[in-house]
Amino acid sequence: MTGVPDRHPHDVLVIGAGGAGLRAAIAAAEAGADVGLVCKSLLGKAHTVMAEGGVAASLRNADDRDSWQTHFRDTMVGGKLLNNPRMAQLHAQEAPDRVNELEAWGAVFDRTRDGRILQRPFGGHSFPRLAHVGDRTGLEMIRTLQDRAVAAGIKVYMECTVTHLLTWTDRVRGAFGYWRTSGEPVVFAAKAIVLATGGIGRAFEVTSNSWELSGDGQALAYLAGAELIDMEFVQFHPTGMVWPPGVRGLLVTEAVRGEGGILRNRDGERFMWRYLPEDRRNEYAATDEEASRWVEALSAGRQTDARRPPELSTRDNVARAIYTEVKEGRGSPHGGVFLDISYLPAETVRRKLPSMYDQFKDLADVDITAGPMEVGPTTHYMMGGIRVDPETGATTRAGLFAAGEVAGGMHGANRLGGNSLSDLLVFGRRTGEAAAAEAAGQDEVPQVDPVQIRAAMDDLAAPFGSDPGDDPHRLHEELQATMQSLVGIFRTEADLHEAIGRLAGLHARWPSVRVSGGRTYNPGWGLVFELRNMLIVAEAVARSARQRTESRGAHSRIDYPDISPAWGRKNSVVRREGEKMKVTSSPLPSMPDDLRQLITSE
Amino acid sequence: MPLVHLNVFRGTPQTEGGYVGYDVPVEEGMVVLDALHWIQANEAPDLAVRWNCKAAKCGSCGCEINGKPSLACKTRMSDFGPDEAITVEPLRTFPLVRDLVTDVSWNYEVNKRITPFTPPTDGDQADWRWQQEDIERVQEFRKCIECFLCQDVCHVLRNHETDRPFVGPRFLVRTAGLEMHPIDQADRTADLKDGGVGYCNITKCCTEVCPEHIRITDNAIIPLKERVADRYYDPIQIAWRKIRGGRSGTGGGSRAGESLPVLPGGSSTGSPPSDGAGS
Repeated sequence: MTGVPDRHPHDVLVIGAGGAGLRAAIAAAEAGADVGLVCKSLLGKAHTVMAEGGVAASLRNADDRDSWQTHFRDTMVGGKLLNNPRMAQLHAQEAPDRVNELEAWGAVFDRTRDGRILQRPFGGHSFPRLAHVGDRTGLEMIRTLQDRAVAAGIKVYMECTVTHLLTWTDRVRGAFGYWRTSGEPVVFAAKAIVLATGGIGRAFEVTSNSWELSGDGQALAYLAGAELIDMEFVQFHPTGMVWPPGVRGLLVTEAVRGEGGILRNRDGERFMWRYLPEDRRNEYAATDEEASRWVEALSAGRQTDARRPPELSTRDNVARAIYTEVKEGRGSPHGGVFLDISYLPAETVRRKLPSMYDQFKDLADVDITAGPMEVGPTTHYMMGGIRVDPETGATTRAGLFAAGEVAGGMHGANRLGGNSLSDLLVFGRRTGEAAAAEAAGQDEVPQVDPVQIRAAMDDLAAPFGSDPGDDPHRLHEELQATMQSLVGIFRTEADLHEAIGRLAGLHARWPSVRVSGGRTYNPGWGLVFELRNMLIVAEAVARSARQRTESRGAHSRIDYPDISPAWGRKNSVVRREGEKMKVTSSPLPSMPDDLRQLITSE
Repeated sequence: MPLVHLNVFRGTPQTEGGYVGYDVPVEEGMVVLDALHWIQANEAPDLAVRWNCKAAKCGSCGCEINGKPSLACKTRMSDFGPDEAITVEPLRTFPLVRDLVTDVSWNYEVNKRITPFTPPTDGDQADWRWQQEDIERVQEFRKCIECFLCQDVCHVLRNHETDRPFVGPRFLVRTAGLEMHPIDQADRTADLKDGGVGYCNITKCCTEVCPEHIRITDNAIIPLKERVADRYYDPIQIAWRKIRGGRSGTGGGSRAGESLPVLPGGSSTGSPPSDGAGS
């Protein structure tokens, strides 16, 4: 059926065309590299398009008391000090330039009254910090980057799935995959490869992520011998839609709370007052009245001494609060809680949150200007990921780089809203430049191993075998049910042990998965290889979660409810040893005194 | 749960395509894309449908539902009568790949030919001040999610009414967003003329199908048509420019030498037989 794969050599191959992949590709091309950009979907459809609330950067347009130092401190505090401090520093320092650069490339952000880029408040940020376009910031960013990449003449391979990385001697030197529109195999040879494939949400039942987020990059890196870190830290966004069933998990932007949205349980109680962490209590309003003053000042576009409302606590905390309210019987009719912004003028709500207005009206028959939404936690973001060098995005495997959600370290144990869009700009650029420099230092035409290509082609053919086997959809459902029920917001030793056992069972069944039909645009066939990736990352999440016997950020252990100083000095580490997954830990990178002082000085 | 009958087009360019019926259990709030996913998970794991966000934000799942170009993720099953069969077909304007997936790559080729954003080379970005009311029109155009429903419904493209290039509503919207950007310096008037803005005869079908409610015809296409008319067909304007020595009308020209691709013509084998949409 299928002959010799097409072969496409490049200096730098970027896998994934969301914000990080596009920004890396642009940086590599501007540094003079010949760049290829591969994406599973059409260009411009990557999940960055779903980012809503904004991109965090201390531009100081909305409040001139802000600074990179404050942004750094907020990020570290939000990440429960598990962040790589150098990454958090570079991120806070460079984010403003990266946002301004987007504007210079044609992005049109919402404006302040004096005509500068407007910034909105978000959970865990000390000041209004998120540059935005209504609640469709991700679309604006991806379109701006897409246009820039097209203008730079970057070669884009759309609807192409990478299933294998190819190694030669001690380096990663290529990638193997297939065209989704034909099923034909394809080989890329490259002097440097950047993984920018995003997250793992699809391993869970309730998720804000699309079908694409199946842990591809984490699994490819793991299989190629690179290290993963902190995989237990999965962010459950507090507010996803809970009804109707078809959209369960779909994101409700934090901007609703940023603009003043109030969370209430079925009794009408503003329950977040009860869940504020004691050591940060003084950062939040003391009363409903102070919280209202804060919202009024925000609407009027002026600075205020009022402190922020309790709904703007960090995501890990709000998600646990909502989960607990529902679990204890104080939830809304469809198993969530109420989020209300309807007390603001209808015109303001429609202008500030246009896509939320449409989303609820079109999909749930709810008018958010007239009444509350029902919301509940949804699997949203992977804080952990491939271990990278802060300056360059280099992984622990030669020739392989990673940027964006697929990389670990930047966000520690919990990511602040808005820090993901700035992360992908800052580290997308750094990684693209470093990959181009790496490629420039390699003078040979990259070699790819014909034996590995032959084996990869056999892997592609295997699911069409005539012997009976499991349907990939069933296996996927079992995987999602396992992760949802046993590796969710609250975890225990017994549940994690059970999950690891079930995952091993699924893993054993995976080689005998069988599909029908042909290779042309066959989603069932594509799911087989994504399942392999999801099984790897799911095991990494469960094993790392079992190892970390404490509660920190997004990782909550019922059997170890306290934060542990000893674990606070360690990253979890996952690597492949033979056919086995090895889970260990390594000391956190040290933090220079000047950075440490930024966190301790209040 | 009540069952709803879906007729889904199945086929490839190489095979005789046809409609396959599926009875899908419907629950409250379900959309057509949910029904297609149910078919994939239970009846036809190889059913080809393009989708991503399931929230009308990415524009991947465009198809024709009972003859109307629509996003499958935004079309509620409850929009149809209890005994009404629902027919789902691929976008007819583009070549078929398989089932509900079409080859939309022509759009990406056209996009490459548009003169990109061109900011001023002098001045300091820190001094840029744009008022919100001055950028709202541009933001309207930048809401476009590139679902290509407007391209699909546009009769000039759909019926291959011209063998000369016509970029279609999507790229007139993109051009309008660039032309009306507060600081863009390029002049795309010549490109618009070459891109066939004159072929649009303002039937507004594109505006009707736009899931982002962009007023494509009124706000983007008509103002662009006026620019071209002023430049090329208004004798007073032409004379005035000669006296003033204004812009030459050769356009931004950064893409000069690359000709615009024409949409591949004719319906190919395997396409759905009837045509209910378009004008």
